[in-house]
Amino acid sequence: MTLFPKIHQELPSQTAGPYVHIGCTPQMAGLETIYGGSHLGSKMVNENTLGIRISISGKIFDGTGTPIKDGIIELWQADAQGLFHSPAENRGKSDLNFQGWGRQPTDILTGEFHFDTIKPGRIPYLSSNKLQAPFISIWVAARGINLGLHTRMYFPEEVEANAEDPVLNRLEHQNRVHTLIAKPLEDGMYQFDIVLQGENETVFFDI
Amino acid sequence: MTNKPPSSGGFFPRNFQIHPPAYTPDYKSSVARSPKLALVSIGNGISEIAGPVFGHEELGPTDNDLIQNYSAKGQSPIGERIIVYGRLMDERGKGIEGALIEIWQANSAGRYRHTKDKYIGPLDPNFGGCGRTITGEDGQYEFRTIKPGPYPWPNGINDWRPSHIHFSLFGPGFSQRLITQMYFEGDPLIKICPIVNTIPDKEAIGLLIARLDMANTIPMDTLAYEFNLVLRGCRSTMFENRPEGN
Repeated sequence: MTLFPKIHQELPSQTAGPYVHIGCTPQMAGLETIYGGSHLGSKMVNENTLGIRISISGKIFDGTGTPIKDGIIELWQADAQGLFHSPAENRGKSDLNFQGWGRQPTDILTGEFHFDTIKPGRIPYLSSNKLQAPFISIWVAARGINLGLHTRMYFPEEVEANAEDPVLNRLEHQNRVHTLIAKPLEDGMYQFDIVLQGENETVFFDI
Repeated sequence: MTNKPPSSGGFFPRNFQIHPPAYTPDYKSSVARSPKLALVSIGNGISEIAGPVFGHEELGPTDNDLIQNYSAKGQSPIGERIIVYGRLMDERGKGIEGALIEIWQANSAGRYRHTKDKYIGPLDPNFGGCGRTITGEDGQYEFRTIKPGPYPWPNGINDWRPSHIHFSLFGPGFSQRLITQMYFEGDPLIKICPIVNTIPDKEAIGLLIARLDMANTIPMDTLAYEFNLVLRGCRSTMFENRPEGN
């Protein structure tokens, strides 16, 4: 075998700062016309995307219970069949009408974020054949966050799958599982709030 | 003995010694925004190893030229004209092709074009302050811009940010996602900046300081700074494990 040793160090992280929108969602910062008028990841689905339409909205709360109004949030998920639109996907061909990635700012006035996407299919756990409950990977960056935070959103109606999920089951503090499960609103709409600190602090992952 | 390559595994675990911890009270914004409980470590499955793909066709021809991408025809922004260039690689030193790099920065007066920035430094009508590019086949990238100015910020009573450019990096895997900042060689504000000093390892700070590169300046026109970027590496990549043409 050929050994490819680690010879460099990943760059240290620095906070995204209060003006992350200029680079990542410039229309939010007031740069309305740049990049053709829309940011990357602003639209996750088109009319041909396969799967059940869902929407997700929520807020990100700091340790005082105040919603943060200067962050960005990114989603990464499988398509309706449980396949990723990525060169690393070797289990099959994913839906060409679904990139699986989205990015939105938290609203500058209310702190709310909103995504329109589809419900992902189930994917295997690590290299096993065991399936995980459907989930969406989430990444959060903002002023005051020194290293972007990874979490996951699971679905409230998947009671059985959630109960058997290998990641949810390995949480030492089972009383924190609820922080990863969205709240159902009307049909196909979910609320997923993220709590950075304090009571009901969201589970964040080192992945 | 079998001589198979290692199965396409996860990324090298993150070295938390070089990253800032979540809670860094000298950088006050971190105090209420830092999780108190430990991160839960989980292995890398397909959702962590895979990541979104960005196509060159999604970008415009001047997206990596901040001197041109917001300026009126025939005009250009005020400030020191610079090229920032380098190579994006993984921790094994392999160039990362097709990665999305997004940058944002203040103008030469230290003012951001953002509805929330009220600093007294003036806006420059010819400067937007954002750029993006996709890395070439060996991970190479370049931007043309103007050198951002330092500026005061509300933290301590008299804290100033050194000149810096924010970098958002997307490697092929979602667990490589990283935002960081680039500083300029020789800037005396670096060592007294509370945000720089959230990084506990002083040597690691050096990885964020771009080097003045006179060899690549354009004489009578533009200075050059070299800034190499490193993201987490995989023990082996998907591509190395696949038979040819698969």
